[in-house]
Amino acid sequence: MSILVIAEHDNAVLKAATLNTITAASQLGGDIAILVAGHQCGAVAQAAAQVVGVKKVLVADAPHYANQLAENVAALVVSLAGGYSHILAPATAAGKNTLPRVAALLDVAQVSDVIKIDSVNTFVRPIYAGNVLATVQSQDSVKVMTVRGTAFPAAATTGSPASIEAVAPVADAGLSSFVGQQLTQSDRPELTAARIIISGGRGMGNGDNFKLLEDVADKLSAAVGASRAAVDAGFVPNDYQVGQTGKVVAPDLYIAVGISGAIQHLAGMKDSKVIVAINKDEEAPIFQVADYGLVADLFVAVPELSRELDQLKAAG
Amino acid sequence: MKILVAVKRVVDYNVKVRAKADGSGVETANVKMSMNPFDEIAIEEAVRLQEAGKAKEIVAVSLGVAACQDTIRTALAMGADRGILVETDAELQPLAVAKLLKVVVEKEQPDLIILGKQAIDDDANQTGQMLAALLGWSQGTFASKVEIGDGAINVTREVDGGLETVAIKLPAVVTSDLRLNEPRFVKLPNIMKAKKKPLAVLKPAELGVDIAPRLITLKVQEPPKRQAGIKVDTVAILVDKLRNEAHVI
Repeated sequence: MSILVIAEHDNAVLKAATLNTITAASQLGGDIAILVAGHQCGAVAQAAAQVVGVKKVLVADAPHYANQLAENVAALVVSLAGGYSHILAPATAAGKNTLPRVAALLDVAQVSDVIKIDSVNTFVRPIYAGNVLATVQSQDSVKVMTVRGTAFPAAATTGSPASIEAVAPVADAGLSSFVGQQLTQSDRPELTAARIIISGGRGMGNGDNFKLLEDVADKLSAAVGASRAAVDAGFVPNDYQVGQTGKVVAPDLYIAVGISGAIQHLAGMKDSKVIVAINKDEEAPIFQVADYGLVADLFVAVPELSRELDQLKAAG
Repeated sequence: MKILVAVKRVVDYNVKVRAKADGSGVETANVKMSMNPFDEIAIEEAVRLQEAGKAKEIVAVSLGVAACQDTIRTALAMGADRGILVETDAELQPLAVAKLLKVVVEKEQPDLIILGKQAIDDDANQTGQMLAALLGWSQGTFASKVEIGDGAINVTREVDGGLETVAIKLPAVVTSDLRLNEPRFVKLPNIMKAKKKPLAVLKPAELGVDIAPRLITLKVQEPPKRQAGIKVDTVAILVDKLRNEAHVI
């Protein structure tokens, strides 16, 4: 058995989701190779080589891999696929974009969003927005799967360096090109990697009021998220969204502020270790999953929370 | 330009689904069925392109049981010109759907195919990408904006860190994300008109496609329920609990 993991990166940094995927690969057993497809991505290859469990790093360095265009990356993965029993990618925007293309070209099914590995061919995945879990068995010779990062711990990055091999790029398919991007600039941790998240919902009223959450977030080194209602209302950009159609998170502490707790949102955060809900409506469904519920006006409670955190800090 | 839109009949998004007691699947008897919400967005986008004079004809395709005709009629009422149902009672997985759609596409020769980014039943998020791969076409997935140019389209995509724009050559596959548009409400006269629009029915065997499932579902069950915790009266108590009981701050 040998496993190919597709690295998620931005040509400079190996993204954390890759480490969770490598843990899933380790649970399958067998040799793990990791593919870094990018442009001038040597630093990523070096980082990938340090991940515990990785036996070999394959690097395809070419300008047409710089932006992870699915048409090009999929063709590359297919050219390398021979001999691998499993091909894994993180269930991120990039992984979800590319991997089904790989599966179709190999004429095999894809198993999406794997959250548990039962055996080399049997996996558990959420369906119906996580309201139901399906255990599925693959009949295909190659198992192509995306892995939900929150379901597996991150692999350590303290391994003895694996070998790094250059692989030949496949010619640019010429079907697509990168035009530009508008990424949200923030000094706070990424949602999917944060230990603490504070999220706001429709109850925040407007985008300016998210400053209240940002203030608390900075004191806790937390990420700021939002419900779909808050995103749809235009309070914050779409990449803040936690939920079935946004990001799925499982931090140590999730603080839901002014969020009613629609199924859609719960699907994205219910695996958090500790959930706090602050909402003035004591009937809000969010309280049914919260470990600690505070029925209060958020515009009073959140500034108070901020002051309490200051006191805590002052007291050491 | 001719646009083909794929629409799926799924359990309505307001229904709280339950696993069957024997774990063989999800209870779908006497459950309200609707068009997959992402597919409504896909149809809406096609209709808007037609209204803007960018598209000539819109063909709505569904695959599945005979009742999928209702889903196609909804698409026709929203503005699609005609429908095609690939009718089967067999379980269809994304790869099989992509293969069936490929044959339909080869017959219909559309310039653009729009699909929902994922169906809210199996949450697979695969069919559009697979179809693009099988056709050797470009793809613009998770689209929040589509701008038609000359021989190519610019697709703004929702990615993890924000938005990204790619230029993809036509013919192309686009999959819709939530913020692409807000689907219109269907008006009664349009529902009446939709009944008269053409709807062809095909069988998978006629299309010569192997639709055998590649994944066997061994078990379907509900995840363990999270227990509700306690209510606290003040922020001070909350902070104390988080610090000294839960040890998370």
